[in-house]
Amino acid sequence: MIGASKIKQYSNVLEKPLSKGKQEVSLSAFAFLFSELVQYNQTQVDNIAELERRYGVILLLQTMFLGPWAAGSEIVHNQLCRLEDAGYAVGARCLELLCHREKGNRRETRLLGILSFVHSTVWKVLFGKVADSLEKGTEHEDEYMISEKELLVNRFISIPKDMGTFNCGAFVAGIVRGVLDSAGFPAVVTAHFVPMEGQQRPRTTILIKFAEEVLRREARLG
Amino acid sequence: MAPAGPRSGDAIFASVERVNAELFTLTYGAIVRQLLTDLEEVDEVNKQLDQMGYNIGIRLVDEFLAKSNVSRCVDFKETAEVSAKVGFKMFLGVGASVTNWDAEGTCCSIVLEDNPLVDFVELPDTCQGLYYCNVLSGVIRGALEMVSMKTEVTWLRDVLRGDDVFELQVKLIKQVPEEYPYKDDE
Repeated sequence: MIGASKIKQYSNVLEKPLSKGKQEVSLSAFAFLFSELVQYNQTQVDNIAELERRYGVILLLQTMFLGPWAAGSEIVHNQLCRLEDAGYAVGARCLELLCHREKGNRRETRLLGILSFVHSTVWKVLFGKVADSLEKGTEHEDEYMISEKELLVNRFISIPKDMGTFNCGAFVAGIVRGVLDSAGFPAVVTAHFVPMEGQQRPRTTILIKFAEEVLRREARLG
Repeated sequence: MAPAGPRSGDAIFASVERVNAELFTLTYGAIVRQLLTDLEEVDEVNKQLDQMGYNIGIRLVDEFLAKSNVSRCVDFKETAEVSAKVGFKMFLGVGASVTNWDAEGTCCSIVLEDNPLVDFVELPDTCQGLYYCNVLSGVIRGALEMVSMKTEVTWLRDVLRGDDVFELQVKLIKQVPEEYPYKDDE
């Protein structure tokens, strides 16, 4: 048969043309994959906790002085860190990809600029819609909140009572932190459930607390 | 009312909710990176990816059967055709084809045209033994086991290792008859 083969072979992944970003997979495929990520992290953290139990000092002291629930929250905290780290890697790559593709390589230098980039562009590409709302925190100058009625990643997840503070939205918080950090706006980003009256499922809020240097720079830029 | 006939992969894919493939790709990349950092041995990572795929497969097959309305497959050939044409399309949005049947009809190759898991991926020299998409082999193995077929799935060709397509070999080991968890006469 005359003609080149259907798929052109690239020796180097960098030579492959960048996709347009229109390809899709089913939501259930993503949901299954995400559930495996969370389950894997749970087993890993159980191992860490087991390790700590065997060489007991830290956990024992915590339990002695702070009560048994403190040990539980340590485990939850470790799990959140791992989920967040996974999200961080996704976020850093998202920034590069989207900056190039959607914004023609323009770099955001202002706080509101990067926040609206996260709130609209990043959310639209990753989750198919812009985030529900972007608010400035009233109590602190450096806090901003992105809210979503139901995070895509949390749709098929229910948290058992004994893991009260665990929110798989930590993955999304990690993505946001990855984008902000790589763009030069270091911040601490966390995900929280906010119960809403009249609704079964609580709303999720991603709380972004920018570092001092970001606010100082923003003030200098006027 | 007569039951509806089996739906094509494209039709089902168009009717399910979809997400951006890049989120999927990047999340999978994050998982593989985490595994590599934790386990360090490439063989261990391969095994873990296969196990994760197996866990996914045993649940995925329920959704597959519910959404695709396929009737019971008569033999392994039909099973392979259906999973390649309908299954891959429905979940990953990519077509797959079945080739290389052996004489007894128990071993075949599934060839993937395109694979959303490997966009942007390059294997470094330190990870040359890694089967990056090993989760797919676990998914197939898990799904088929839930419909009473014990199989062995291996990678024949892998684009990340320099071949031109992704090719999985699926070998039927045995059909396990369904066992009831209780005895009828008790």
